[in-house]
Amino acid sequence: MNYFSDRWHDLLPNLGDLVVAGLTQGAIYALIALGYTLVYGVLQLINFAHSEVFLVGTYASIIVWGWIGYAAGDGNPVPALGTVILLLGAGTIAASLVSGGTAVLIERVAYAPLRRKNAPRLIFLITAIGASVAISELVGELTNRRPWGVPLLVEPKTQFVIDPGMSINPAPVTNLQIGIVLSAIVMWFLLDTFLNRSRFGLGIRAVAQNEDTAALMGVNKDRVIMLTFLLGGLAAGVAATLYNLKIGTISFNIGFLLGLKAFTAAVLGGIGNLRGALVGGLVLGLVENLGAGFFGNKWIDVVAFVILVIVLMFRPTGILGDSLGRARA
Amino acid sequence: MPDDETTPTSEDTPTSEETPTAKETAAAEEIAAEERGGDSPAEFLAETAPETVAPPGAPLLSVRDVTLRFGGVVALDGVDFEVRTGEILALIGPNGAGKTTCFNVMTGVYKPTSGRVEFDGERLSGRKPHIITRMGIARTFQNIRLFPEMTAEENIMVGADAHHKTSVIGALLHLPRHGREERDGRRTAAELLEFVGLEGRGGELARNLPYGDQRRLEIARALATRPKLLCLDEPAAGFNPAEKERLQQLIRDIRDLGHTVLLIEHDMRLVMGVADRIVVLEFGQKIAEGPPAEIREDPRVIAAYLGVPEDAA
Amino acid sequence: MTTLKERYYAVADGVRKAEAGRQKWAQGLRGRWQSIPKPVRLLAGLAGVVLLFALPNIAIPGIPFRTDEIPNGIGFSFVLSTIAIYVLVAVGLNVVVGMAGLLDLGYIGFYAVGAYTVAIFGSPDSIVATKYPWLICVPIAIALTMVSGVILGTPTLRLRGDYLAIVTLGFGEIIRLVAVNLRVTNGQRGIPSVPAPDEAHVDWNVFGWFRIKFDFDLDIFTPMDARPYYWLALVLIIVVILAVRSMERSRVGRSWLAIREDEDAASIMGVESFKFKLWAFAIGAAIGGLSGALFATRNVFVNSGNFNLLLSVMFVAAIVLGGQGNILGVVLGTVIVFYLPERFRFLSTKRELVFGLALIVIMVLRPQGLWPSRRRARELQDRKLEAKEAAAGA
Repeated sequence: MNYFSDRWHDLLPNLGDLVVAGLTQGAIYALIALGYTLVYGVLQLINFAHSEVFLVGTYASIIVWGWIGYAAGDGNPVPALGTVILLLGAGTIAASLVSGGTAVLIERVAYAPLRRKNAPRLIFLITAIGASVAISELVGELTNRRPWGVPLLVEPKTQFVIDPGMSINPAPVTNLQIGIVLSAIVMWFLLDTFLNRSRFGLGIRAVAQNEDTAALMGVNKDRVIMLTFLLGGLAAGVAATLYNLKIGTISFNIGFLLGLKAFTAAVLGGIGNLRGALVGGLVLGLVENLGAGFFGNKWIDVVAFVILVIVLMFRPTGILGDSLGRARA
Repeated sequence: MPDDETTPTSEDTPTSEETPTAKETAAAEEIAAEERGGDSPAEFLAETAPETVAPPGAPLLSVRDVTLRFGGVVALDGVDFEVRTGEILALIGPNGAGKTTCFNVMTGVYKPTSGRVEFDGERLSGRKPHIITRMGIARTFQNIRLFPEMTAEENIMVGADAHHKTSVIGALLHLPRHGREERDGRRTAAELLEFVGLEGRGGELARNLPYGDQRRLEIARALATRPKLLCLDEPAAGFNPAEKERLQQLIRDIRDLGHTVLLIEHDMRLVMGVADRIVVLEFGQKIAEGPPAEIREDPRVIAAYLGVPEDAA
Repeated sequence: MTTLKERYYAVADGVRKAEAGRQKWAQGLRGRWQSIPKPVRLLAGLAGVVLLFALPNIAIPGIPFRTDEIPNGIGFSFVLSTIAIYVLVAVGLNVVVGMAGLLDLGYIGFYAVGAYTVAIFGSPDSIVATKYPWLICVPIAIALTMVSGVILGTPTLRLRGDYLAIVTLGFGEIIRLVAVNLRVTNGQRGIPSVPAPDEAHVDWNVFGWFRIKFDFDLDIFTPMDARPYYWLALVLIIVVILAVRSMERSRVGRSWLAIREDEDAASIMGVESFKFKLWAFAIGAAIGGLSGALFATRNVFVNSGNFNLLLSVMFVAAIVLGGQGNILGVVLGTVIVFYLPERFRFLSTKRELVFGLALIVIMVLRPQGLWPSRRRARELQDRKLEAKEAAAGA
């Protein structure tokens, strides 16, 4: 018991910081998880290559920032607010376009031919792995496997401090953290509205319910599927840009771990369910950080995967339940 | 799916290697004796029939006041009847009367909301499918569900395996029981193939067999599990009159081997020709029960079928 | 005027004919092999095995297949021993993926458990320092991996296929991270001096009753020469393949196949699907543990860098590429995935890239793999036909 009380003593003062950091990290997971959950909801397919859809987005926004004149370590001062908005807009658009395009490309090259052959699920997963490895390695080759620095666009400034009192240290909350969490919520809201209000959204939901009936009713299945991948890609692009703001360097192999965790988040919230992706992401980020605070930082990833295993064991439909797919055979 | 939730019992884990029971050794001796003697197919088949059968006429499977609700929908409402040992009981009713639901309750797939289903004096619901099979219930499927990439022989051997004990260790070390059971399985397969009229086609893939043969193979596979009760779910679906005629004979032969037969069927002529007793369902309720002659005259049944007692579907 | 139905049958028929033609040559080859008398086939097989054993010492002028015949090439027998160990892994994974139809992406976890068990219990430099001989470590390794297989399988085998894949992926990563972080596995620094199979330095006092003392080293297995490891691996491969085959052709194999084809129908026919799936998992794990044990002793040194998930994914890919379910196809796939990059060095720098692209191309063109089991090929063919017929009918 001594072990646990010691750990608890280590954890307690940092509780506030851990919660803030966890929610921020969780928002990134949530944004990536939206892509997993969208595709899964429609096709019951785990798009294993979605992590690389995110990866190319991070590079795209850095490249665009470089074109505009902001590269890492070039001595530029932190830009003024107007420039920041311009940069963020340009970066997000670039990342979303590249991510969305990559997602659609993966769909066309790696999945669509298999769908025509009615191949078993396992084969989809294998081509997805192939696509994931190929893209990440291609990026690795193009960048000489060196990490890239990210220019500092937004100086983190403390907006307010949460002071829960007791023996918990006050936790500062920065503009960046607020922005990231808000962006995740906004993105979820936009996607949700799009799915529930628009004609395209109706098509997507129809295909999700029953592909064949939807096709008979005149829904163009192929277009709906491409649109789904595109939407997932757009969300990943937004996630990529925000990730860049938060992180100083990126490299070609960051996709795998983030992707797996985002998938965990999607499952945690209830895969196939957009709100589940949001909730799952935030909860995963939170639990993972608290776990790391308790067991020590080096166990952070183990905590995440143990959560994945436990969720799938005991509640495979996730916190909010899955709206479209079913986990059990 | 309730049976997914149950925790694994010790018997599920590979660590519990089986020990032969007295009953089993007796069965093995029986097989060995047979290999020496070489009985006629009929005698052999009689042995694949259930060993412990209640006296003819005693209830084998009883459906006691079963009600089943799905949400607000009452699928079965106080249904009460029994299948008696040695008979052919047909369960009929118009579309949507609850036949299939009742069938699923009787084979342990659904758990009744109230009431109980007893087989051979034991409760069925909540048991795992393979246990129910071992208790002595086998079934065929309305839409054929053979193992398409297995040969006809292998399909039947899977059924015969229900009572086999060889597991990984036995197969790995080629223990005597493994050889014995393989021989037994192949023999059962050969006999059953002949019985259902598929002799010499054991090597063919199930998916390559013509439709009618697939239906018969499914019956053979079910018989290989040595059921006390064989449940046939619309076995005549898609059959022409000649095939139906053969099927009728096959069902009688099965009964004569000592199996009790539960038949769900649309085709009234087949049902009237083969059943000993008939239970009629409508809107989830039992509206009549009795021998074919009685049912044919029953005004409620006639009304239920809109005055057309012969459904040529 | 053709009716819709006629058109439907015409299309389905055309598809069938085309497929039949495409498969004809492969079946012809198989048929010809089957028609050779059994003794001749046996002899041919035996000759093949002898050739495999002699392979490290063979060089054919003009055909530079040896990896040490190219600039900066790695020793051929070392490469052979690595491939042989990986083939053993693939044969084990094939039980899980190919035979029982369970997608295990974290198989490397079992391999790691096997390797670490041998290193921890065998090496004098581990913190446990029990210094058990290799031959004693191996059964421990197999037992531990089997147990971990059962522990992982019991809760997860009830999940649907692709969920199982992700859980196992998570498991593999947990094992690796634990290896990185625990003191007993010593992270990146790892554990050196893993014992060779032919040495034992034991001085045990059993309950004070009697004393067991061995101190020998035959020096057959040395870091200088990888051939003995290769031969040992070959022997183990042959033994394991024979064992797996006899399981495949028994009630166990039938149950796996039935589960793969229609799990619900199988359990209604009396197949204890959970039990047999768990067995497949445990057997696969045990073989993975055995290969890990072999790997640890061949490498002498074990660290957490040996077990990244990409390797795990490569194993699955090798199996699917070769043709899951067919042991020889699986061997072929493994050799392709792990030999070609060693022989053609330009491949090795871009190995993963080429590998990823090849995976997509091959799976799209030939989802059944290069050399599939007959059943698997037909299963896929059926699904494809269904799709085409549905398309034609719609």
